[in-house]
Amino acid sequence: MAAPILDIRNLSKTYASGLTALADVSLQISKGEIFALLGPNGAGKTTLISIVCGIATASSGTASVAGHDIVGGYRAARTLIGLVPQELSTDTWETVLATVNYSRELFGRAPNRAFVEKTLRDLSLWEKRNDRIMTLSGGMKRRVMIAKALAHEPEVLFLDEPTAGVDVELRRDMWALVHEMRSRGVTIILTTHYIDEAEEMADRIGVISRGKLILVEEKLALMRQLGKKQLTVQLTEPLQQLPTGLADWPLELTNDGTQLQFRFDANAERTGIPGLLRRLDELGVGYKDLHTAQSSLEEIFVSLVSERESGRHV
Amino acid sequence: MSSVRFNGRGVWAIYKFEMARFRRTWMQSLVTPVITTSLYFVVFGAAIGSRMSEVGGVPYGAFIVPGLIMLSLLTEGLSSASFGIFFPKFTGTIYELLSAPVSAFEIVLGYVGAAATKSVILGLVILATASLFVPLKIMHPAAMVAFLLLTAVSFSLFGFITGIWAKGFEHLQFVPMLVITPLTFLGGAFYSIDMLPPAWRTITLFNPVVYLISGFRWSFYGSSDVSVGWSLAATLGFFALCLVLIVWIFKTGYRLKN
Ligand SMILES: Nc1ncnc2c1ncn2[C@@H]1O[C@H](COP(=O)(O)OP(=O)(O)OP(=O)(O)O)[C@@H](O)[C@H]1O
Ligand SMILES: [Mg+2]
Repeated sequence: MAAPILDIRNLSKTYASGLTALADVSLQISKGEIFALLGPNGAGKTTLISIVCGIATASSGTASVAGHDIVGGYRAARTLIGLVPQELSTDTWETVLATVNYSRELFGRAPNRAFVEKTLRDLSLWEKRNDRIMTLSGGMKRRVMIAKALAHEPEVLFLDEPTAGVDVELRRDMWALVHEMRSRGVTIILTTHYIDEAEEMADRIGVISRGKLILVEEKLALMRQLGKKQLTVQLTEPLQQLPTGLADWPLELTNDGTQLQFRFDANAERTGIPGLLRRLDELGVGYKDLHTAQSSLEEIFVSLVSERESGRHV
Repeated sequence: MSSVRFNGRGVWAIYKFEMARFRRTWMQSLVTPVITTSLYFVVFGAAIGSRMSEVGGVPYGAFIVPGLIMLSLLTEGLSSASFGIFFPKFTGTIYELLSAPVSAFEIVLGYVGAAATKSVILGLVILATASLFVPLKIMHPAAMVAFLLLTAVSFSLFGFITGIWAKGFEHLQFVPMLVITPLTFLGGAFYSIDMLPPAWRTITLFNPVVYLISGFRWSFYGSSDVSVGWSLAATLGFFALCLVLIVWIFKTGYRLKN
């Protein structure tokens, strides 16, 4: 594997309040990857991003971007980074165009009208370029923050809950933007509470809980490993209890005995489904419908975190 | 890319941003102080001054000009720089400054440079206004420019520190209202400290603003309350103190970073 573009090693952070928000986090992200960081509120996602971007200082550990240490080589490192923070905070009296040009210059880039225009057009902000930011709606302000983060053509983009509280249209625009950035080789690290978003966009997923990175996995592998399929059999007549003839299958009788639930491993050579259906026929158990469902990333994630939490308390 | 040693563009961006704020509010920034100063001249210069004798050979109206300019210079540098850095902290937009490839020195250069520019512009506007009311002469123009610049920069630095220290808008008001204005009024803006009873004169010598105003007035009329050397030393000392504080703030991340 090529050298990672983002290399985080043993990063810890204890705030002045004494709260440890990050505990020994190490993470390597390669160029062009889309990495989704998931975790419940207060897990430490924003803290991790803030340290890499220079907004907070680490208590211990190091991080580097394209080989530039975020402290010793902060100029080179930060020039490569774009950040859309979680909190909505924009200038007020400045115009959209002025604030985006400011961002570009602040990062030491020569003016580039064509690029700024394209960025604003991509985000449907071009028509509003001469409006003062305070006159924009919240969703528009978020677009402005994204435009500011892109203004200096970063190679690593941090999106801290980019779609929290935005409408469907902006969400779709965001996704399109992320895909386009990726096709240009930009590395994207995003946090989100919308698991479908991670499922849709990410190549790899990291789960952080109470300041610890508890899992980092390719999205597909994660879904394959942990993704269980479930077969639901709708019975014509409710059953009081499971017939003993079905003891070979791990079944559950739900919905007042009108449904049979069967969890199986979709990747296994034998799922056991044909045998089950044959046995139902033999036993004279009638069914009117069948359907299968795959557990979503959300279910995987919830079970992961809750396993962790309960493990801690036992 | 790592060869970049100085992000001049970044400094220029901050500077322009701050100056744009000044231009947007030029009514408040310039017209208000001009009116206020004119009122001082009408009240102190014409109404009261006509009944007062000259101070050290200078007509009273002309005597108060350097002090008035200093008062505006201090207040503008302080409020402009403190507001300039406090406001992004308050709205949260400071995240961008902290995540940008700009050094502490460059940030200070941008904000303090802009605040000092504004206060110098304001000082010159007041000087021009004053010249409409009273006959002015500037005996030591080079010294006058030097005091003007040094004071503008020092108090802009001081304002920057205040802005970082401030936790709310009331803190921003606190320093100019409760520290600078009294010190200036008691600092010989409107009188020569020779006019005071001896005990008060000694106390006054602990007021740093006395040295600023005295030195500045010397550059106009060649006479001063304290020697010019002391004035210069006090001004430079204050400047150095502010620099040390700023270095400490950025070293420790005091009230800037978690
Ligand atoms: N400035 C601060 N001072 C003290 N504690 C803080 C500070 N910022 C965050 N914390 C604490 O650190 C922990 C991690 O916070 P962080 O914002 O990184 O979580 P998060 O994963 O981004 O959560 P969310 O999903 O709610 O955005 C939390 O317990 C939070 O209260
Ligand atoms: Mg967060």
